[in-house]
Amino acid sequence: MDRLPPWVDVVLIPIISLILAFLISGLVIIGIKEDPVEAMRTMVQGALGSSYGWGYTLYYATNFMFTGLAVSVAFRASLFNIGGEGQAMMGGLGVALACLFIPWPHWSFALVGATLSGAAFGALWAAIPAYLQAKKGSHIVITTIMFNFIAASVLNYVLVNQLRPQGSMDPASGRFPDTVALPNLGDILGLVGIPFSRSTPANITLFVALIACVAVWLLIFRSRLGYQIRAFGKSEPATVYAGISPVKITMLTMLISGGLAGMMAINNVMGEAERLVLNAVEGAGFIGIAVALMGRNHPFGVFIAALLFGFLYQGGAELGLWTSIPIELRIVVQALVILFTGALDNMVRMGVEAIYTRFRKAPPEVIKAAEAAE
Amino acid sequence: MDFATALQIADSAIRLATPLLLACLAGLFSERAGIFDIGLEGKMLAAAFMSAAVAAVTGNVWLGLGAGILASLSLSAIHGVASITFRGNQLISGVALNFLASGMTVLIAQTWFGQGGRTPSLIGGGRFTSIELPFAEALRDVPIFGPIYYEVISGHSILVYVALLCVPLTWWVLFRTRFGLRLRAVGENPAAVDTAGVSVIGMRYTAVAICGILCGIAGAYLSTALAAGFVKEMTAGRGYIALAALIFAKWRPWYALSATLLFGLLEAVANRYQNIDMPSWLAITVLLVMAAGLVWGGRKGRLDMAVLGGLAAILAAVSVAIWMGSTISEGTTGLPVQLMQALPYILTVVILAGFVGRATPPRAGGEPYVKER
Repeated sequence: MDRLPPWVDVVLIPIISLILAFLISGLVIIGIKEDPVEAMRTMVQGALGSSYGWGYTLYYATNFMFTGLAVSVAFRASLFNIGGEGQAMMGGLGVALACLFIPWPHWSFALVGATLSGAAFGALWAAIPAYLQAKKGSHIVITTIMFNFIAASVLNYVLVNQLRPQGSMDPASGRFPDTVALPNLGDILGLVGIPFSRSTPANITLFVALIACVAVWLLIFRSRLGYQIRAFGKSEPATVYAGISPVKITMLTMLISGGLAGMMAINNVMGEAERLVLNAVEGAGFIGIAVALMGRNHPFGVFIAALLFGFLYQGGAELGLWTSIPIELRIVVQALVILFTGALDNMVRMGVEAIYTRFRKAPPEVIKAAEAAE
Repeated sequence: MDFATALQIADSAIRLATPLLLACLAGLFSERAGIFDIGLEGKMLAAAFMSAAVAAVTGNVWLGLGAGILASLSLSAIHGVASITFRGNQLISGVALNFLASGMTVLIAQTWFGQGGRTPSLIGGGRFTSIELPFAEALRDVPIFGPIYYEVISGHSILVYVALLCVPLTWWVLFRTRFGLRLRAVGENPAAVDTAGVSVIGMRYTAVAICGILCGIAGAYLSTALAAGFVKEMTAGRGYIALAALIFAKWRPWYALSATLLFGLLEAVANRYQNIDMPSWLAITVLLVMAAGLVWGGRKGRLDMAVLGGLAAILAAVSVAIWMGSTISEGTTGLPVQLMQALPYILTVVILAGFVGRATPPRAGGEPYVKER
């Protein structure tokens, strides 16, 4: 069978998968007796039609960039980190502790400190599954799923029994001090003269996420460790033969992955809620799976896919607000994207391959050989 | 705790263990045939919705059960096509199906019933009612055995007994029939089965279908026997607990029964007691013994010491915190309810870590089979 040219693999197949997912979502909308065209219009208008909508889209996209990068780094080493949700929860705890108990003089110090703390908590939460995978061969998918649930229990305990202010019924921490409030995206863009809504949760973390995308690109494609991670992902025996320790690579990859997921908390906990609530992550850890699959585990792809899912999330919320389509539609679209870009990838690929071989012009030397044979 | 309370907890443990048991056996069939299935949760959820919806509309719970099984089977079919025919990643397919079920059930429920993603409450013939086993009333006054028979064993819905019967049935099918031998072989060494002239694809599809049927019954039980109607996300992670039980049970049917009963018991206890008090010295001793065990386990290498020693340090810190707090609370420590809720997951991680026994999954699990040409 012929090899497909790289652009087909990197660009065309994800786009076809995405179109399939959206077509089926359209059928679902027709099935619940609503108008898909109208729904699309509401989504575009609500998510991209105003700087307010853009603010929310970018806010969600920031979350998804972190979790998408987390999943994709692990995928590069053939590890399926399904525990982004739990790691982001623990990252939230790390950020909250840093913001509540350290008297920061200025938000910029707080941002650095909270980022480190969130990343450390996320990484430590990934450390035990990583250790069990590396040393005991316990399947990382199962252990990270279990750790998601354990994280939820830990967070529940800490919020209800420890961090909850006296007299409050809400399982949430107290408000962070004003000195750690991060600058809003509207304020930042206002400095350079771009008018942007100030009432959205989008904040400076967006730029941290962009830096993280570049840093992951440098790590994966321009560093020795990144090379080792990719080699390990392609073939474990070959890396062992090359003198690379699988234990070391598994540990480091998962620590980086968990750290990235934990860093998401500076956006949602420090930037938006400014206190730690029980359901702060809201499934962003799982959306990271869809984002990583869609973005083909490449930081730039993750960036694009995160924007797309940001649009989907904000647009879906608008649908829930203005139409009678339930907000859960976005979970269905998310499921279909994961299904087509992840599980049914071969189906799309086989289809594309069949069409490609059919319409491909035969290379000149083959034609010459055929003529010679005659 | 008196005898009557113990009976009530045991009774409720059996009720809560039933959906776990069915889902666990479902996963057992699938994973023994080499198809990982983390979509148990989604299949149960879809079945729970469909059976409640059909039972609410028709008033017939048996039609509901059938519809639930069909819903679960349709998700199984997608899983089969993705992971057997197109050789996709089975784990990713399972994740996708969980989300698909989670979104679609609410979407359809809202369209059909308009009650915010739930079905109308089931009444009369729309629910599985509890059945009384023979002589339950007559034997009630026999000491010890009578109350146990009356309270714990008798008085469940028919699906509970179906689930319990599925355990010996699964054992018999897997370990005493030709079909079972082939099914297990497909999960261990599919090439050998193929050489013997048996279709690997066919066996795997059959296993995935059996998994769908059992998950369908589990889901129907949730919405039409345990509860009276479907509510959003009503499986609440039970599919994952079943998965944990499957590992705990080391992919064996009888162990599956005990694992799910244990997890059901934990849930029943957590439901009944929000706070369990235990003497502080006991809590501290247990924690310190575990910490010492971890340090002992980590003595071999630097990495082991870092990870296990770190865990031990956390346990030690917790025990210090308990010791500091024990003077205020007169020597007792409340066991947090969150710990009870997390215990199934923690136990599974401990089992996976190989500290207690060893859980070895089927060897060809998760790998698509490519027939040699």
